[in-house]
Amino acid sequence: MPDIDVRINGIRYQDHVEPRLLLVHYLRDRLGLTGTNVGCDTSNCGACTVLVDGTGAKSCTMLAVQADGTEITTIQGLAGGEGAGAPEDWHPLQKAFNAEHGLQCGYCTPGMIMSSVDLLQRNPDPTEDEIRHGLEGNLCRCTGYQNIVKAVQAAAGELRAAGAPGAVVGGQS
Amino acid sequence: MSRPRGLAEAIDVLRADPAAVPLGGGTDLLVALRAGERSVRHVVALRRVEELAGVTTGPDAVDLGAGLTWAGMEAQVGATLPALAAAARAVGSPQARNAGTLGGNLGSAAITGSTLPVLLALDAGVEVAGPAGTRTVPAGDLVRGPGDVALHAGEIVTRVRIPRARGPQQFLKVGQRGSVITAVAQVALVLDLGARRVRCGVGAATPVAFRPRAAERAAEAAIDWDAVTADPDLPRRFGALVAADRPPLDDLRASAAYRRHAVAVLAERALARALAA
Amino acid sequence: MTRGPRIGDPAPRPDGPDKVTGRFPYSSDLRAPGMLWGAAVRSPHASARIVGIDPAPALALEGVAAVLTADDVPGRPTYGLAVADQPAFARDLVRHHGEAVAVVAAATPDLARRAARAVAVDYAPLDPLTDPAAAVTAAPLHPNGNVFRHLIVRRGDVAAAAADPDLVTVEDTYEVGRQDPAFLGLESGLAVPAADGGVDLAVSTQFLHADRDQVAASLGLAPERVRLTLAGVGGAFGGREDLTLHLHLCLLALRTGRPVGMAYDRSESFVGHVTRHPARMWYRHRATRDGTLVSVEARVLLDGGAYQSTSAAVLANACCFAAGPYRVPHALVEGWAVRTNHPPAGALRGFGIPQVCFAHESQMDALAAALGVDPVDLRRRNALAPGDALLTGQRITGTAPAVACLDAAVAHPLPAPPDDDPLRRPGGTGLATGPGDVRRGVGVAMAFKNLMYSEGLQDLSTASVRLAVDGGELVATVHCAAAEVGQGFVTLAQQIVRTELGVDRVVLRAADTSIGEAGSSSASRQSWMSGGAVAAACAGVRDEVLARVAAGRGGRGEAFALRDGEVVSRDGGLRLPLAEVVGADPVEAVRVFTHADTAPLDADGQGDAHVAFVFTAHRAVVDVDPALGSVQVVQIATGQDIGRALNPLAVTGQLEGGIAQGLGLALLEDVVTREGRVATRTFQDYLVPTALDVGDVVATLIEEPEPGAPYGAKGVGEAPTLSSIPAVVAAVRAATGRRLRRVPVRPAHVALGEDGVAPFVVPGGPAAPPGVVTGPEGPLAKPALTDPPGVAELPGGEGGA
Repeated sequence: MPDIDVRINGIRYQDHVEPRLLLVHYLRDRLGLTGTNVGCDTSNCGACTVLVDGTGAKSCTMLAVQADGTEITTIQGLAGGEGAGAPEDWHPLQKAFNAEHGLQCGYCTPGMIMSSVDLLQRNPDPTEDEIRHGLEGNLCRCTGYQNIVKAVQAAAGELRAAGAPGAVVGGQS
Repeated sequence: MSRPRGLAEAIDVLRADPAAVPLGGGTDLLVALRAGERSVRHVVALRRVEELAGVTTGPDAVDLGAGLTWAGMEAQVGATLPALAAAARAVGSPQARNAGTLGGNLGSAAITGSTLPVLLALDAGVEVAGPAGTRTVPAGDLVRGPGDVALHAGEIVTRVRIPRARGPQQFLKVGQRGSVITAVAQVALVLDLGARRVRCGVGAATPVAFRPRAAERAAEAAIDWDAVTADPDLPRRFGALVAADRPPLDDLRASAAYRRHAVAVLAERALARALAA
Repeated sequence: MTRGPRIGDPAPRPDGPDKVTGRFPYSSDLRAPGMLWGAAVRSPHASARIVGIDPAPALALEGVAAVLTADDVPGRPTYGLAVADQPAFARDLVRHHGEAVAVVAAATPDLARRAARAVAVDYAPLDPLTDPAAAVTAAPLHPNGNVFRHLIVRRGDVAAAAADPDLVTVEDTYEVGRQDPAFLGLESGLAVPAADGGVDLAVSTQFLHADRDQVAASLGLAPERVRLTLAGVGGAFGGREDLTLHLHLCLLALRTGRPVGMAYDRSESFVGHVTRHPARMWYRHRATRDGTLVSVEARVLLDGGAYQSTSAAVLANACCFAAGPYRVPHALVEGWAVRTNHPPAGALRGFGIPQVCFAHESQMDALAAALGVDPVDLRRRNALAPGDALLTGQRITGTAPAVACLDAAVAHPLPAPPDDDPLRRPGGTGLATGPGDVRRGVGVAMAFKNLMYSEGLQDLSTASVRLAVDGGELVATVHCAAAEVGQGFVTLAQQIVRTELGVDRVVLRAADTSIGEAGSSSASRQSWMSGGAVAAACAGVRDEVLARVAAGRGGRGEAFALRDGEVVSRDGGLRLPLAEVVGADPVEAVRVFTHADTAPLDADGQGDAHVAFVFTAHRAVVDVDPALGSVQVVQIATGQDIGRALNPLAVTGQLEGGIAQGLGLALLEDVVTREGRVATRTFQDYLVPTALDVGDVVATLIEEPEPGAPYGAKGVGEAPTLSSIPAVVAAVRAATGRRLRRVPVRPAHVALGEDGVAPFVVPGGPAAPPGVVTGPEGPLAKPALTDPPGVAELPGGEGGA
């Protein structure tokens, strides 16, 4: 019997994992999903944020075995598959972060976008303050956050206009 | 790693391996493991234990499952236990609020933990279950020191039972900034109008959260319980008494002088707000 | 092909698509078949003698391939940007907490860390030297001595000003804590041994060629056998200008014959890279009663930590710009950068100026209060203008829109007063602050800074542009070693090529050392220097294209021009698609770009040491809970001198990010040391501003094209971090009346009114000899100390991101 049975970005994985393996290292080192970054050791920076059963989680503060039975979406599954090629397939948040210059070095971006997905699922029409509260657990050292807030506002508008709830589960946007 | 689905199974696993460590949301334990502060061979993940879930609101008490997350507390107890909901909302980062649990916060007994001072003020009883059965520990007896809880081998926190009290509740927390706040002082206060009691829990200022009994008694004596009013200077005197109760911590995050001062300010404001409510 | 953004257009990042989809490869993502993982053994002591190192317990672990120490460095045992005073591994003596003693290679990252812990190092701890004021006279910690540089800048006659009884004097002492670059992408890289005995290193860095030269020297290899490629960089800010794991990676790869990767964790990063210099400063300003500055005296003491890094150049910046962007006829500035047992300090966004900016702007506010004048009016009255002289005697020949920046910053409408939302109050979700507990404060500050390297240091960049036809479509390929660290040089390079050649498809080759150097991505210099090199290479391509057309027609190149992807004759008779001219024969040009020479400073700190200057001003609005000391920044307004906005998106991003870093130093960020040991080694205790901490930013760009600058643009990477610091502190002072002479301002400083600043102690200062102008403790300018041998200069500063 495998240690974990988990769907990640729409693909089912049944794997034996070491008990002490962190989810983020499982994603990065075992599955090669290096889009999810590590920026600290203490769950403060949020660069490693993924969705676990649709909810934002810091994958550095979770053991891989804890993910058993869950559905996980990483930045690389947000556009509905691992290729994530054409910009028209991107999630509105991906489009908005790119268009609004919501990134510079980009290291925080995957976590920032995943936290924003969680935020917009819970609150499709957030105020600027609500966006800042929603991203409180994600540090950015380059942008000063102004364009990140603008990007989330823009994406929220697009999602509302499209009538989509913005829900992301198991890699299906 | 064990992932029991029921309480009995969880207790069996913990009894069988004295070195096994229960895991709630992992927000404290995983950080400690990564820092090398703790080394754990066997983790017992409690997320699926059904008996730890749920909130029951009865006429006399509110009963909270230890598996309740911060986000769950914020969403579910705002009307009945506003101080606990406020404490949950003040936990830094949405991701941590999604993961961290009531039982985990009590079990890890961190100096900065937010639940204990609130549970002290709410006069809560903590239900623990273990190989010898189930017992209730008063919140004030649960934590002996940082990271040191009064649990026997194989025991875990299962539920928290909070008697319902009529009257205002306050929770105030201060850290070095206004976001992802790591508390350097926090104060919970309940004005129990039925019992005519003032109960206060003070956290993050000392190694273990405490109730400033002398200050509580002084306030109780000074309040006109029929009108729920007091001398306008009472909150200030109350704050000073709370701060004088015991010597505060002095560490990287705040000096003892600042903590003493902050505890006085928070306690003063907590009582003033409660009296004004 | 759609028309891509030109110079001046808002241009999105070319790496944006990969960064928003998770495909962008950072240095931490690099893997190679058969690779090993490295981990360093680091000293837990700030100062200790190494009695012995026993690698046997580590080597006994299954899967450990090597343990290397100082004995295993084949070439120069030390490295350093300006002076090679830093050991690859501590041999006999550990000089700072976290100094590398050995490095291991093992099969997995986890095993490497366990093996590093298993290396048995026998330390004999020593008392660390942690007081920079004591360093000058203390026993030398290093053969080079304890003074990296002692510098005097003397202008006019401060003694005469001191004798004028009608002047108003303000005097105080200030301190700046230790700011960490705190880039999110941790140090990481991959070294691969090559068949020629050399090594290929992919690493996140700011300065490929300086890395290469230092690594090669210690490996004992010719520089061309050490080939560096820029790997994806997760922010830099100055903290990647020095070597970190580069040399260790290469040593392990060459020793094991296998690829070796390495990645710091955050706690290691905090002791493994340079920080901003902590500073102690004493200042005395004198002005006439109508508010005209007459003299500034200052002493600046920088704690450089255990090794020199860029300390000498940082000190020069601090001293040259000690008085801020004001006309000061009489000045005497004395500075020291000294060695202690703290981790090394070096380059960080602003490069010596944030420290003095906090002090000189605090002084300007104190002076305004003493004179009873408006602080903005005082600044406006004394602000530098074109043609004015600096403290160094250098006259400003370019633009100097100091007043325009100030006016723009204060012209922004003030934000709405505090509302009923408790979450917007200081302390946020802690709900500690009630509606009646909030005081609002407003503060204003301004600053200026040099652009590019100074003091005669060689400063150049190299770029090649190659124009070819691929599938019938023109493609321009740019090659330049400028490190993209997030600041947006890759975007700018494309804009330049599109503008100059009219070619929309512009490909950037990876930055590496196979081309000539580009200098560091620091000192706000890459837009000017490498932008200039790319523009020059484009001009080279254009000349070649036109010559080719002319040659085919028996004319001269000057008879033709390149317009929007077409070659046209100036007489209008010819229009030829560029693709047709290029055909199957690509056109390539390589150019080296330099700026006007600068001069060293003389014994009085005088000389034309700098190339150009960027000005900035900030107004901060804060809400404070004075009783608890909680501060919430509401808004920061800025007027920013930029010469010309080459990419408004990137400029605005730099302003906002730089302001967040200034705000961080003002209120939150401090690497705390205890007995020399770094106590804040997580983001739990080292507080990087969050989205809630930063408040709103409103910016006005001041566009006055700078003569001599490519496209008239000034680099804007550093300026936003300068006066945002004192502006925030001034706002907190305005709200509370507290003195606040130290940054970061802590809640306790506000709540208890104690900022912990001790009187300034002159380093090694004896009692004042008669007749010498004295400060609070000892003579202001005692005879200059002799600089230690080998003090070279690496002036500059740090670009954004």
